[in-house]
Amino acid sequence: MRLQRVARFLILCLIVMSSGIAWQANAEYADVVLNQKSEKEGVRPVIFPHWFHRIRFKCKVCHAELGFKMRVGSNHISMENITAGEFCGACHNGDVAWSADECDLCHSGKPGLKTGIRGGHETMGPGIW
Amino acid sequence: MGLLCVLTLTALASNWQKLAEDGLHDPTNPALKLLQDPTESLSVLPPDSTGNKVDWIRALQNGDIKPRSNILEQLEDEILDLDVLIMAAGSAPIVRFPHKAHTEWLDCSNCHEHLFKSKAGATQFTMLDILQGEYCGTCHGAVSFPLTECNRCHSVDPDEANRIQREMATAKAEADDKQ
Repeated sequence: MRLQRVARFLILCLIVMSSGIAWQANAEYADVVLNQKSEKEGVRPVIFPHWFHRIRFKCKVCHAELGFKMRVGSNHISMENITAGEFCGACHNGDVAWSADECDLCHSGKPGLKTGIRGGHETMGPGIW
Repeated sequence: MGLLCVLTLTALASNWQKLAEDGLHDPTNPALKLLQDPTESLSVLPPDSTGNKVDWIRALQNGDIKPRSNILEQLEDEILDLDVLIMAAGSAPIVRFPHKAHTEWLDCSNCHEHLFKSKAGATQFTMLDILQGEYCGTCHGAVSFPLTECNRCHSVDPDEANRIQREMATAKAEADDKQ
């Protein structure tokens, strides 16, 4: 009986994982959608590509030095923070990287996307991320 | 089932999508053409079978990428070459946690003391916690290699683990003798 339950659970997991691949096959692994404030403020959601940034910076730069918590949705960042040189604004200041007036380069997501971490290749975890 | 297989194969066949076709980026955004497509930079890095399909550890160690360690020159790299064996792995092989690969990317404060106590064995966690995005699952399954890769962490058989522990105990005893 218990074995049956375990088997059913495993089959369910397989189905969820397979359908996850179908739904999310396109996004690059660890792409982050940030849309807690964006669309309410009338701009597209932000797509943050981890892959692009980790080629140039170690994890510690953003997650220790700049203070980004390692959980999607837990950093409540406003454009005021960024133009004041905090968070993204530590680099996106026209010096290290493009400045914060290049709205469309970060606010580049499709309308309606939900905040969360995405990815293609076998990354389907629970929705907590 | 056939459809699922086809979808899975399609997903695995192409390594990296163009941004305009990735389902996230707005293809009508005129600035999109200024952003780099993943293929351009990821295809030249050491390959892997999962995640970004890049072996990030090897890319860093080979010098294929040279990511900065700081912005404000406050944090220096503090590489710790110390493996931790996590023995309580149920029927799975024992976990070897390599500090070196982690400290080449991360600061001690990213994990200690809020996720893991520094004292080995002081933090109790289960695979279920990890699958729910806690402990190792804060990164693994989100940004670093996914949780489908059991054997990368559960990598040491019990006999080998016992041998390593004996060696460590001997080395510690010798070091204590010298003091």
